[in-house]
Amino acid sequence: MTPQLLWLATLDGVAYAALVFLVAVGLTLIFGVLRVLNVAHGSFYAIGAYTAASLGIAISSGGLPGWLSYPALILAAVLIGTLLGSLIERQLLARIYGKEEVLQLLVTFAVFMILEDVQRLVWGVQPYFQDTPLRLLGTMEVAGVFYTRYQLLVLPATALVVLVGLRLFLRHTLQGRVILAVTQDREAAMAMGIDAHRVYLTTFVLGASFAALGGALASPTTALVPGIGSDMIVLSFAVVATAGLGQVEGAALAALLMGLGRSFAVYMYPEFEVLMPYLIMVVVLLIRPQGLFGVAETRRI
Amino acid sequence: MLRALPPVILALLLAVLPLLATWTTVVLTLALAKGLAVLGIVVLLRAGQVSFGHALYFAASGYAAAFLAGSLGGGEVLVLLLAGLATSLLLGLAIGWFVVGYRYIFFAMLNLAFSMVLYSLLEKFFHITGGSDGLRVPRPTLLGMTLERAEFELGLFYLTLGLAVLAAFLVHRYLASPPGQALAALKTNETRLEYLGVSARAVFLGGYLISALLAGLGGTLQALVQGLVTPEMGYWVASGELVFIAILGGAGHVIGAFAGALVYEFVQIYAAAFAADVWQLILGTVLLLIILFASRGLVGMYQDLWRRGEGKEAAP
Amino acid sequence: MSALLEAEDLHINFGGVQAAGGISLTVESGERLAIIGPNGAGKTTFINICTGYLKPQQGRVRFRDAEITARPPRAITRLGIARSFQIPQLFAEHTVLENLLLGAAVRDRAWRPWWRLSGLGQRAEMLELLALFELQTVAGQTIAGLPEGVRKLVDIALALALRPQLLLMDEPTSGVSSQEKFTVMDTLDRVLRERGVTAVFVEHDMEVVSRYAHRVAVWSGGRIQALGPPDTVLNDPAVRADVIGL
Repeated sequence: MTPQLLWLATLDGVAYAALVFLVAVGLTLIFGVLRVLNVAHGSFYAIGAYTAASLGIAISSGGLPGWLSYPALILAAVLIGTLLGSLIERQLLARIYGKEEVLQLLVTFAVFMILEDVQRLVWGVQPYFQDTPLRLLGTMEVAGVFYTRYQLLVLPATALVVLVGLRLFLRHTLQGRVILAVTQDREAAMAMGIDAHRVYLTTFVLGASFAALGGALASPTTALVPGIGSDMIVLSFAVVATAGLGQVEGAALAALLMGLGRSFAVYMYPEFEVLMPYLIMVVVLLIRPQGLFGVAETRRI
Repeated sequence: MLRALPPVILALLLAVLPLLATWTTVVLTLALAKGLAVLGIVVLLRAGQVSFGHALYFAASGYAAAFLAGSLGGGEVLVLLLAGLATSLLLGLAIGWFVVGYRYIFFAMLNLAFSMVLYSLLEKFFHITGGSDGLRVPRPTLLGMTLERAEFELGLFYLTLGLAVLAAFLVHRYLASPPGQALAALKTNETRLEYLGVSARAVFLGGYLISALLAGLGGTLQALVQGLVTPEMGYWVASGELVFIAILGGAGHVIGAFAGALVYEFVQIYAAAFAADVWQLILGTVLLLIILFASRGLVGMYQDLWRRGEGKEAAP
Repeated sequence: MSALLEAEDLHINFGGVQAAGGISLTVESGERLAIIGPNGAGKTTFINICTGYLKPQQGRVRFRDAEITARPPRAITRLGIARSFQIPQLFAEHTVLENLLLGAAVRDRAWRPWWRLSGLGQRAEMLELLALFELQTVAGQTIAGLPEGVRKLVDIALALALRPQLLLMDEPTSGVSSQEKFTVMDTLDRVLRERGVTAVFVEHDMEVVSRYAHRVAVWSGGRIQALGPPDTVLNDPAVRADVIGL
């Protein structure tokens, strides 16, 4: 494998990992606080992507300057995260918090199924392609390889900003510490007077927004077709499980691992491309069922 | 004795339906095949565990039958069924050995992980598995007879119905037996089970193998009736659907697996006929309504109606 | 009298707390040994180690001259040691009778997947066992709805259903009303004697201890502070100060 290919594989892996991280971090946050595995998380990704693409198309057909497509990406993420996220959390999840975990998970599965069809109804089955944000930044040369500035800089930078920002938010702001408290011991937090329902809503909307951001950022790099949500949810789930449920920094590492594993497979053993993340997941879980950074469960009698 | 009546009536109705409306033959076969896999989920639910990867056995057995049928130029249904069962048994042992040491979310996730490993292998190794187009399954002989398509489908339907009835009966017996009751005890107090002298792992493995066999049987039957296997059979969504149907039908009951599968298949067919791209929306909404308002599923609703008919109040 | 259970120099430490700091104890066949001591002294830990739920960092346990240290609970149960719990550990979604039948089925290896649990031959025997503790009226009730005192008794009955040679009971009369305590202990004492079962029981009620125990072991801070017949031990001033709080 030539140094150029090696470099390309690395850059590909990092760019991909950035997107997966954004989705995974939302998923793991939601699980940490609400104790619900949100199967519909992939739908936020997909709808975020479609919305960003639609906004982008509206901008270019409206004759507006191309650079507006960048804030449009953020706008799409915030819109979808806030509107769709709060709708689902308030109207559905809030009704089933007391129920068995399986039922809660199936509720999110049902939402996923519904949103899959909503995507088809709104955007149809033909591929959407809106790459203005990618094109505008052009390419640059890195160690003899040409790569798009968007994938090289924007994606990893956003992921880093989210990672660092989230860490600062969770550890150094009141809202964030409240979220951490609920993650670590829900009963104790509620006994201290923390309004759990508000925390759930905030966390869910935040998590959904990250997923939608991942989708929005992904949309300039690929053709959007039905099914991208279902592929992304299972992949980000693999990242979360490998890192350990509720682990934010761990999710970044696991995403990097999966991203690099996948991209190296693409260049070296293409048949193993899809396999890599799940193989990694199996190996990690068999050795450490709680994930790389997760907390082991304790005994009880 | 009276409690056995509804399942018997259901079985009789199903037996007669294809004779009255030939278009239902394939749909019913598919529904019963899926129902068998869902029955496997019901067994695991007894232990309080959910697997999000049982489509693995569904797909693996289906592909095994496809490989064998392909290499034999058709083969015989009974032989292919045995091949499917053997595949699930071996895989179930290999994977189950590891997986039954885990519980709850870790158990669910590990099963998912294994199923996605299989899915990615099926999808990518095009030259062996046919990739995302899948593999055709040439029509085998049924009990030695070479049949035309319509006759084959009818014959396969009755075979499936018979197998479903047999499986329902056997699983019902198993769940009422000491090992089956020990499986149910896993849900409430694994520690005490160990303190009785039972290996919780061994009991769980027994249940797991049964569930893998059931899923594998279902997958083989689907492969035979459709004449096609695709990687989607092993995708995580397929595993999720199995759990969905288990809850839809009524998680605690053997008959719920089949009742749920029948409703699921028919809604899918009708929704696809009326408005092609909304069957997921409809089924998703149905699931939501069930969970919110009738979480004991179809069987629960039926029992409530029955109780109300007898003048007793339904339990909340 | 031969030694049935021998614990030798058991040590176990949980994050800085020495729950067992050199426990050595021999339980004689046929005896009734009471274990008393303040909360957190390591009494339940001792039972946990003897039954294989915990692995000692040091020391050994022998049952009838066979080494059982660190063997799992299911193996130790099959050797003839049964145990009841401080907080009743039962199968909450099964009925009282089903709980016992499951125990009997394991004991007798009645394990075919086509037999019915509820139709097993051991049914009559289990009903008789329940009747001894006046539990036959709740035989068909699910555990989940029953009061704690009843569940405590079912917990003990389940351990007895296994026909053990050694029965370890963790606070058998807690949760049972004071009037019933002696009735229960009388029945238990009689059943144990009839079946030749050796018993070790953790107890907080000194009257129960003085009436039913042949020997008393006093636990304190992970160590055995005193060991001997009830009159001697319970009247020892050091024991009275530390444990009984007088």
